[in-house]
Amino acid sequence: MKKTVTALAALFLAGTVTSPAIAESHMDPAVEAAIKARKAQMQLYAFNIGLLGGMAKDAIPYDADAASKAAANLAALSKLDQSRLWPQGSDNSALGEATAALPAIWAEGSDIMAKGMAFVEASAAMEQAAGGGLDSLKAAIGPLGASCGGCHKAYRQPKD
Amino acid sequence: MIRKVLSFLPFLAVAGLALFWWLTVPGRIDSARLGGLAGDPARGEQVFWAAGCASCHAAPESQGEARMVLAGGMAFPSPFGTFYAPNISPDPDRGIGGWTVADLANAMLHGTSPEGAHYYPAFPYTSYARAELQDIADLHAFLATLPASETTSRAHDVSFPFNIRRSLGGWKLLFSRPAWVTEATSPEITRGRYLVEALGHCGECHTPRNTLGGLDYTRWLQGAPTADGKGRTPAITPDKLDWSANDIAAYLATGFTPEYDVAGGHMTEVVQNLAHLPETDLKAIAAYLKTLPGGG
Repeated sequence: MKKTVTALAALFLAGTVTSPAIAESHMDPAVEAAIKARKAQMQLYAFNIGLLGGMAKDAIPYDADAASKAAANLAALSKLDQSRLWPQGSDNSALGEATAALPAIWAEGSDIMAKGMAFVEASAAMEQAAGGGLDSLKAAIGPLGASCGGCHKAYRQPKD
Repeated sequence: MIRKVLSFLPFLAVAGLALFWWLTVPGRIDSARLGGLAGDPARGEQVFWAAGCASCHAAPESQGEARMVLAGGMAFPSPFGTFYAPNISPDPDRGIGGWTVADLANAMLHGTSPEGAHYYPAFPYTSYARAELQDIADLHAFLATLPASETTSRAHDVSFPFNIRRSLGGWKLLFSRPAWVTEATSPEITRGRYLVEALGHCGECHTPRNTLGGLDYTRWLQGAPTADGKGRTPAITPDKLDWSANDIAAYLATGFTPEYDVAGGHMTEVVQNLAHLPETDLKAIAAYLKTLPGGG
């Protein structure tokens, strides 16, 4: 029994001096799952915006029905409850490369909720606009992009 | 002999100082060139968005309509110290409400204040020097329609010797280059060049600088470290930015990349401005970028 404890302690100590890259794989599973899920959420935004943006830049032929469906998806996605996706400490200063989320999201004075609401509103406006003709869709895509940029400028680590 | 040379030294020193003084006189526009120019505020609004005035002169973190109050205050950390964007709202005392078209032209084309002092090149007059006088007159008319702010401009926090403004005359002698950087071969590319090289001042961030802060025109738009040294502004030459012209124009209008990610950093503000321009202008910028030679 004593031997087992010693062996375990040795293993534990070995673990603490390994590289940060390995430490990441020991991330709190709940935090790891939340990061995975929120990235997936962003992918779903991008997948639906991709159709709308493609139509807006004349790369995909305009189709009112398909545009409406994508915009309805986006509006529904924007309203999902996200409270479990953003646990305290799931920022890039704590976790490094695993996330681009800046600690400012959780800091005092953060306006992440207001910026998130701006996205919900821009998505709702797109849902109204998307089926109403290409010009109507084109007019809604800029404000939608601006609402995405609002959060990403303030709260995401810029890429090089 | 030595005594003779020594006796000349004071003369040489005075002559040298006089030469320095003469070489570093802040430049001004010949006011005859402004005769008869009437500003159109509606056209001026387009110049305002193309020149990105609000990106730096709106109060930091301001949103929506508040971005039209050009109270200043944004900080620009650099290797030479920290610069603060001044109040350029129409307030006659704290802003630039008392400026004439000639004052604005001297500021934008020569980096010279109404009092005849040099501005620091954090204000991108090296690019605005290529702007058309009519556009400056129109911009002047538009700026006058914006709300006034009583905010006092914050003094720059710049260390010796960069705090000697007269020395900027030497900087301008070395690094001012009002000529176009590239050849333009069609009306669309000429328009794109005007938007990129003059009003849009893209080169100020996307082109690397030498140790004295002058742009390295041999590496035009090939990407550069950010002024605060914390990140990089990407290359936008066709070898590095391989998006289609249509994708570039769409990005400038919406912020969406071809993968439907969005612009980050200061580019978010640039997109907010450019989104106000007609699609033809954004396509002209894209067409211009596609003509650039690649980097190494």
